Amino acid sequence: MDLKEKLVSSFLAFENKVDIDAYVHDVRSDAIKVFEEKGFPSKKEETWKYTSLNSVLKEDYSVFPKQENALDYKDVKKYFIHDIDAYKIIFIDGKYSSHLSQTTHDGIDVCLMSAALSKPKYQLIIENYFNKAAEKDSLSSLNTAFSSEGAYIHIPKNKVVEKPIQIIHFSTGNESATMLQPRNLIVVDENSHVQIIERHQSLTSNPVLTNSVTEIFANKRAIVDYYKIQNDNENASLIDHTFVKQSRESFASVHTFSFGGKLIRNNLNFYQNGERIDSTLKGITIIGKKQHVDHNTLVHHIEPNCESHQDYKGIFDDRSTGVFNGKVVVEKEAQKTNAFQANNNILISDKASINTKPQLEIFADDVKCSHGCTIGQLDESAMFYMRSRGIPEKEAKALLMFAFSNNVLSSVKIPELKQHITKIIANKLGVDLGFDL
Amino acid sequence: MLKINNLHASVEDKAILRGINLEVKPGEVHAIMGPNGSGKSTLASVVAGKEEYEVTKGNIVFEGEDIEELGAEERAHKGVFLSFQYPVEIPGVSVTNFMKTAINETRKAKGLEDMPAKDMLKLIREKSELLEIDRKFLSRSLNEGFSGGEKKRNEIFQMAMLEPKLAILDETDSGLDIDALRIVANGVNKLKSKDNAVVVITHYQRLLDYIVPDFVHVLYNGRIVKSGGKELAHQLEEKGYDWIKEEVNA
Repeated sequence: MDLKEKLVSSFLAFENKVDIDAYVHDVRSDAIKVFEEKGFPSKKEETWKYTSLNSVLKEDYSVFPKQENALDYKDVKKYFIHDIDAYKIIFIDGKYSSHLSQTTHDGIDVCLMSAALSKPKYQLIIENYFNKAAEKDSLSSLNTAFSSEGAYIHIPKNKVVEKPIQIIHFSTGNESATMLQPRNLIVVDENSHVQIIERHQSLTSNPVLTNSVTEIFANKRAIVDYYKIQNDNENASLIDHTFVKQSRESFASVHTFSFGGKLIRNNLNFYQNGERIDSTLKGITIIGKKQHVDHNTLVHHIEPNCESHQDYKGIFDDRSTGVFNGKVVVEKEAQKTNAFQANNNILISDKASINTKPQLEIFADDVKCSHGCTIGQLDESAMFYMRSRGIPEKEAKALLMFAFSNNVLSSVKIPELKQHITKIIANKLGVDLGFDL
Repeated sequence: MLKINNLHASVEDKAILRGINLEVKPGEVHAIMGPNGSGKSTLASVVAGKEEYEVTKGNIVFEGEDIEELGAEERAHKGVFLSFQYPVEIPGVSVTNFMKTAINETRKAKGLEDMPAKDMLKLIREKSELLEIDRKFLSRSLNEGFSGGEKKRNEIFQMAMLEPKLAILDETDSGLDIDALRIVANGVNKLKSKDNAVVVITHYQRLLDYIVPDFVHVLYNGRIVKSGGKELAHQLEEKGYDWIKEEVNA
């Protein structure tokens, strides 16, 4: 039985297990039909042309976590931004770990999707927001069909959440191969501000496939900063779908740091529903070996006087491959749009490759839109400059890569997170910088 | 200290240096002058270890050791320093952090521990005063958005920090106004001692009014075609390079 059949046939059993709310039940039932009809995407589809899922779909995944596993904080501390006070929503093999988490209902809701989907007090939010931003493509639909657990964050209006929220999904390898389908819902009401850090971390050499969906709603004048750390091991693959729906005068940013994993696909969609909205999409990808990272972004400008800023940097070594597919749509009504897109890449090895494709669809006539993509090598004259100061080749390379990624790193607003990411990069490059950037 | 013997070098099979002979002893200042395209900057880069140049013949001996097989960083560790004509911008890396890295990597190569932070700060303060560099300047990204003068002053600041045995200044005077020129020259002069040496590469006599050379060499078509004392620089300033070219071509 292939994975598609296995998933479709386990849907009924799944529905029977979880609490049934009529609304969610209908949404799920519709979603499984979409998946059943469309199946897994193939390279024949335009947006999957350069990313084949064949190598990750061939495993015999266990699609429901069977038993709970415990982890000691000290063993996984390094995956937390542990030097700041933060709310934590932690999952182990898809199950909530109360032991590692720190949730709250004090003025804001930082808790679990399973609770939100089953308790009446959340019903209104669920009916207003759940699956309202997600696309109805096959993989998002698959996630919707099996959505039962993940982070649920609701910030009512006029709240500045002082502590960042960390969401971490651990997998421990209880099963020989695990498929996880976390589902996060984040609703930030008028004038509120929240910072969220998300990470998927496999602790096993057994294959893990995560098909994650996150819906983010930034209501009027809300500020949402979302950071994704993708530094998983070589047997873990991630298909991430993040949908950001913004109302007027809101600011939302998503930073994606992709440093590890077998295959990573990021579908990141922003929808602007109102005037004077600012959307920021930034990313740093540093990979090697046979790793593959695919960024597929969409910014949909619907109303006038909005901005979007996209800045993705990629560094590819060995036989690694990258894809950047950035689409910007400016509707006819969206006059005075400022939309910027940049994708800069460095190929360290001549076996590495990147496919980069900007797509602008502009129907308004008074807009400023720019895009640029570059593919190059490490700057030899800069290498010589640093080496002539006594800095060895490896360290000089690392400094140049930091310099190259600096625009993106410098816009990380949480200093401890920036330091954490700098350290991941330094470790990856095998250098000790001896200072903080 | 430095002995260059019959050095030939080429880039992409194009011969640029065609038999350079030069000896620099401790305590000396040498000036290398010459028309554009004569090979001055190539000579500087080849001595400092730029890999895109291939040494096809001859050798470079520094402190008794053949160095043409060594990487640029190894030459730097031995005490060779090149002040760049066009310093490279490194966004996100401050001047201070760059210098810390350079100094500690050099110490590491010599089997020494990292310089204690306190000593590093003291050294930075001392040397930045010498070059009249503002403290705020040190926390800026290396060379990013620097004016021409700031870049060159920063080069000499790096030289002051690294205390090389042999400093090669490649067109350090280009892009400098007279005040910056004075500060840079003053810095170089203060760093000079009987144990180190300076090679000044320049197109014009101007810098040599401040950094007075013991020897002046004229480079033309990849060879040193004339050597003399500091009066040779004055002669070149007055008469240009045409008479040299004529002498050589005759």
